Amino acid sequence: MSGDLLSVQDLVMHFPVRQGVFSRTVGAVRAVDGVSFGIPAGTTLSLVGESGSGKTTTGRAILRLIEPTGGSVYFDGVDVSTADKAVLRGLRKRMQLIFQDPYGSLNPRMTVFSVIAEAMAVHRIGRRGADRRKRVLALLDMVGLPAEAADRYPHEFSGGQRQRIGIARALAVNPDLIIADEPVSALDVSIQAQILNLLIELQERLGLTYLFIGHDLSVVRHISDQVAVIYMGRIVEIGPAEAVFDHPTHPYTKALLAAAPVANPRARKPRRALPGDVPSPVNPPPGCPFHPRCPDATPSCRECVPKLQEIHNGHRVACPVAIKVGHHAADHHHPGESHGSHD
Amino acid sequence: MLNQDHIALSIRNLRTWFHTDQGIARAVDDVSFDVPTGKTLAVVGESGCGKSVTALSILRLVPTPPGRIEGGEILFGGQDLLELPLGEMRAIRGNDISMIFQEPMTSMNPVFRVGGQIMAAIRLHRGLSKDEARREAIALLDRVGIPAPELRVNDYPHHMSGGMLQRVMIALALACGPKVLIADEPTTALDVTIQAQILDLLKTLQKDTGMAIMLITHDLGVVAEVADEVVVMYAGKKVEQAPVNRLFAAPRHPYTQGLFASLPATQQPGARLHTIDGNVPAATDFPRGCRFHPRCPKAMARCRDEEPPFRILEERHGTACWLHAEGGMAP
Repeated sequence: MSGDLLSVQDLVMHFPVRQGVFSRTVGAVRAVDGVSFGIPAGTTLSLVGESGSGKTTTGRAILRLIEPTGGSVYFDGVDVSTADKAVLRGLRKRMQLIFQDPYGSLNPRMTVFSVIAEAMAVHRIGRRGADRRKRVLALLDMVGLPAEAADRYPHEFSGGQRQRIGIARALAVNPDLIIADEPVSALDVSIQAQILNLLIELQERLGLTYLFIGHDLSVVRHISDQVAVIYMGRIVEIGPAEAVFDHPTHPYTKALLAAAPVANPRARKPRRALPGDVPSPVNPPPGCPFHPRCPDATPSCRECVPKLQEIHNGHRVACPVAIKVGHHAADHHHPGESHGSHD
Repeated sequence: MLNQDHIALSIRNLRTWFHTDQGIARAVDDVSFDVPTGKTLAVVGESGCGKSVTALSILRLVPTPPGRIEGGEILFGGQDLLELPLGEMRAIRGNDISMIFQEPMTSMNPVFRVGGQIMAAIRLHRGLSKDEARREAIALLDRVGIPAPELRVNDYPHHMSGGMLQRVMIALALACGPKVLIADEPTTALDVTIQAQILDLLKTLQKDTGMAIMLITHDLGVVAEVADEVVVMYAGKKVEQAPVNRLFAAPRHPYTQGLFASLPATQQPGARLHTIDGNVPAATDFPRGCRFHPRCPKAMARCRDEEPPFRILEERHGTACWLHAEGGMAP
């Protein structure tokens, strides 16, 4: 789509499985298997899925921290996937990553000042020492840390404060896009709220675009404009956040929403717990990868991999069975609207 | 209060402190509550609030030194577990009171088959023969919902997914028909669809066996799903206790209120979330007076100097907060 700051088309990331004395390739882990989405500038798209679904790998392949097997990634109109080293360096300055575990991503021997200034040095921002110092202090203020923090070491901070340092480091190079990989998953709930507020504030202030990778549905709903649900390396449902959360259509999305605990003891409901585990990505089941666990699977589901089809303004679902049921029940209306009646 | 017969485990004025180079960490400081028979009591709080140390203290598994149980009683079956000789305590662990942990992988021995590990526990506690123990292990795996248990009994831990291993841990914990199961963040490392399976399994097993569950968690969603009674801890203190419906409908302590307000699910998407200012204090450096006062929006002068007592406000609902101390009753 034009107008998207980031556009990912048919991204594929297969890791070879090698075996034997000669390390012959005997198969592949299909971590990401044809993922496409676009993020308009200044908005947030979240990738939600369970562990092993390929959400983190997607983030890394976009930045070419790992070389994707196929597909293309356009950032502000430039093809990232074919960019040479020099172009890539310029692009990476505009695309920054923040991690789940801020402690593991901060060098324990560097002061907060050096951690943040290093990113600026790599990208040649603020040549003079005094400029850098000034900018680091401004960044710390922006993420809600006192100026004294600059001369302290990462271990002196709590988890939430470390995540603020990680965010300041990412912002040091004036990025346009931030890929945030589970940035609040390791934090306590009161601290999680502080960091989510900070991310939303920074987006409003700096016009940032976020690719948010997460598994907590209530967090994702809070922060996203668009949501993509990923299962075994494929997007099974994507659309505006309200559409996906209020009218979930793919059986996997429904199961995820049903499984998420609700903080209201009066809303306890007997649920259809999804049986089984996520299958091995080395040997994905034939056809729709979700069919072995799907409560609504039909024999045709094992035959071919379903493609995403649009059911409503930008709301697309890769499940012909669910779409058909939706059409029957709701006719020309939003098919998801009917799901309450037969769920 | 509940009838004595309905109480499986009673924790009275427990104090577990750690003597560190940085000073004394009062990780659990004068905490009391009862775990009712056949029910689930959830202990909820953020990291460092003392919930796991409370659990370890019950089984006397606190690493000593630096930890030490300084005082209190843990009453089980008419005796104080803290007074028992070590040998008798060992017989209680895993037999009458079992525990499961957050990381099933690190709780299993990676070089032995899962079946062998279950059999060892059964034979140790119940003195069965090898064949009987094997049959029992297969039956247990079947009961916790592991498909093809007669084959999976030969698996090594690394052959299994996280959800499967947590089922094995539950099988192991149930091997001797415990009266109390302590579950420390049993689903935190699991995906949400697997978490739902494990929570359902625990509920079913509780219905069948009538065991009491003490569930330790930081996740208010999980509490709402499975708990009957809730204890909220902050900085080594019990700050609130109530039946689950009561707590979620009308939390009274400012900390509990803050926790609920910080949940993204309780707010309009994109709106500013309520936050609790500041950070949890270090255990060696808990503030004087009410330990929550530096972060409390309703703190008064008294909160800075005097520790608030725990007071019952209405049926089984109590808090430790000066706002409510006047009308309340001593527990």
